[in-house]
Amino acid sequence: MSAAAPALVRLPVWRARFVMAGLVAAFFVLAARSIYLQAMQTQFLQEKGEARYSRVLEVPGTRGRILDRNGEALAISTPVQSVWAIPGDVDASPAAVRRLAGLLGTDARELRRKLEDRTRDFVYLKRQIPPEAAEQVARLGLEGIYQHREYRRYYPGGEVTAHLVGFTGVDEAGQEGVELAFEASLGGIPGSRRVIKDRRGRVVEDVESIRAAQDGRDLALSIDGKIQSLAYAALKGAVAAHKAKAGALVVLDVRTGEVLALANVPSFNPNNRARLSGAQLRNRAITDVFEPGSTLKPFTVALALESGRVSPATAVHIGTGGLRIANYTIHDPHPETVLSVAQVIQKSSNVGAARIALALRREDLWRMFDRAGFGAAPQTGFPGEAAGRLRPADSWRPIEQATMAYGHGISVSLLQLARAYTLFARDGELVPATLRKSDAPAAGTRVISAQTARQVRAMLELAVQPGGTAPRARVMGWRVAGKTGTAHKQENGGYAADKYIASFVGLAPASAPRLVVAVMIDEPANGQYFGGLVAAPVFAEVMRGALRALGVPYDAPLEPVPLPGAGEEAREST
Amino acid sequence: MAKLNLLLLLVLVVCALGLVTSQHKARKLFTELERAQARARELDVEFGKLQLEASTWALHTRVERVATGTLGMRMPDARQVRVIGAMGGK
Repeated sequence: MSAAAPALVRLPVWRARFVMAGLVAAFFVLAARSIYLQAMQTQFLQEKGEARYSRVLEVPGTRGRILDRNGEALAISTPVQSVWAIPGDVDASPAAVRRLAGLLGTDARELRRKLEDRTRDFVYLKRQIPPEAAEQVARLGLEGIYQHREYRRYYPGGEVTAHLVGFTGVDEAGQEGVELAFEASLGGIPGSRRVIKDRRGRVVEDVESIRAAQDGRDLALSIDGKIQSLAYAALKGAVAAHKAKAGALVVLDVRTGEVLALANVPSFNPNNRARLSGAQLRNRAITDVFEPGSTLKPFTVALALESGRVSPATAVHIGTGGLRIANYTIHDPHPETVLSVAQVIQKSSNVGAARIALALRREDLWRMFDRAGFGAAPQTGFPGEAAGRLRPADSWRPIEQATMAYGHGISVSLLQLARAYTLFARDGELVPATLRKSDAPAAGTRVISAQTARQVRAMLELAVQPGGTAPRARVMGWRVAGKTGTAHKQENGGYAADKYIASFVGLAPASAPRLVVAVMIDEPANGQYFGGLVAAPVFAEVMRGALRALGVPYDAPLEPVPLPGAGEEAREST
Repeated sequence: MAKLNLLLLLVLVVCALGLVTSQHKARKLFTELERAQARARELDVEFGKLQLEASTWALHTRVERVATGTLGMRMPDARQVRVIGAMGGK
């Protein structure tokens, strides 16, 4: 073999071109693919990628607290844990289940039944347990059992403020009372945010806030905790002592129209609502109406004074046989045959009030009641507020005009009644009632002249003096003015002979009124049923405590108030 | 030209390292923030609990019971109370 020059192999040109074309084609395929991924599927792919590390977290919005006017808490949310399970994943020994049942405070057998129900993917074992118990449950380390955080409402005031504050359901939405009325501002709105989590589940970066969580706002009520608990205790005592079915009480601040206390008996414990009846839940002071009876007489008299037909000293003929209208007779048990207008209020004469009313135009009487706030809801925002019933004047027959004068044939709520008395307390102005704290004095609407209001106030002061219907309403140190009411209860379209509603509405101090207190006792059944005997002492007790709590200066000599002797108390007819 | 490129490369490396450290710092600060926020929530919850406890202890009925029962106090008679003018009616 000789050394030959390397053979020059001539490759055919098409081979190089073929390889070239192949490479170019492959390049185009890659380019097309990348365009496809980058331009057409980019969103889908990015989502997939993000899903590996980005998470959306719920941010809870806590519910606002409810406070009294001094900042004491009436309702607070605290976190609790709810324990739930995926039955299919639970593999626990009977002993472990028993321990779990002990921690949860449930029946072990029922717990086992829940856990063995493999058809369900989610079952609550126990909702809302305290964090301490939840921690112990977590320490058991059972598989398939999980917890999540919820919030629960607690009501430190318990039964004292139960009706007013109301309560929330298990999902923290207001169901009753103020909790329901102010749901929009109290309720928190949960938000959510997107975060990046690392391999170990820690949040490493905040990507964006999808929706900011909004905490509910705190709500300051007009209630004064001290007066409220005093009022509740006094009312509860009276309802028990008189074996009554129920009772309600309202304390109003005359200057601001704020409700300082609002109590109802029977009450309930809002923290444990296992056994509740409808009667316990009713907020009688706001949502129930009753025929007020004699507590309406001052309005009739105020109208008569306003019209100029009578003065406080004008004599009203009472007679002995009662007042006969159509085929109905209005009775009066008083021995007097002639009373002055002031005495009609002092002794609570039905015949007198009826005679005064019959001298007035029924339209005027209707307008008086209407402008005093009867027949229309008081607009406090409380759910289920009663408007009461005030029929249009053109449907009144003469007998109705007469009975309306002393509060029959008309129905009102206790809150309406208390508010209407601000007329006499504020020299003729009606003040709007409010459940929220307000620092500024409220503007009222003038209904009667200041002079008339003062005259009626003087008559109401007579009513609590010896010879009036309610000497037991007096309080040492302050001049009190007020009016009793004793009304037969309505039943099956008529009046029950032996069922009464005893009431008392009054104000103090009479020289410069600060408070209106209205008390209503439903069906006192212990022998006594007159407003002056049943309701007036409650009024006195609450008024005394409230005036002292507010530091209202004395306007009467500090002499003990003697209890009335026999025969010194005027009896009401209704 | 090559010099400029080298310089730009250097600048690029420095920037890249800067980005890494600042990212790291940001994450560290963020975890700190998270921890602080969690702590704030915890404290808030505890505040609520303490408030609840405080109002339970300060219940007017309980205060009254302790005052009259344990401490033997009683409500003063109206004659033993002076209401001072300047504060009166407030």
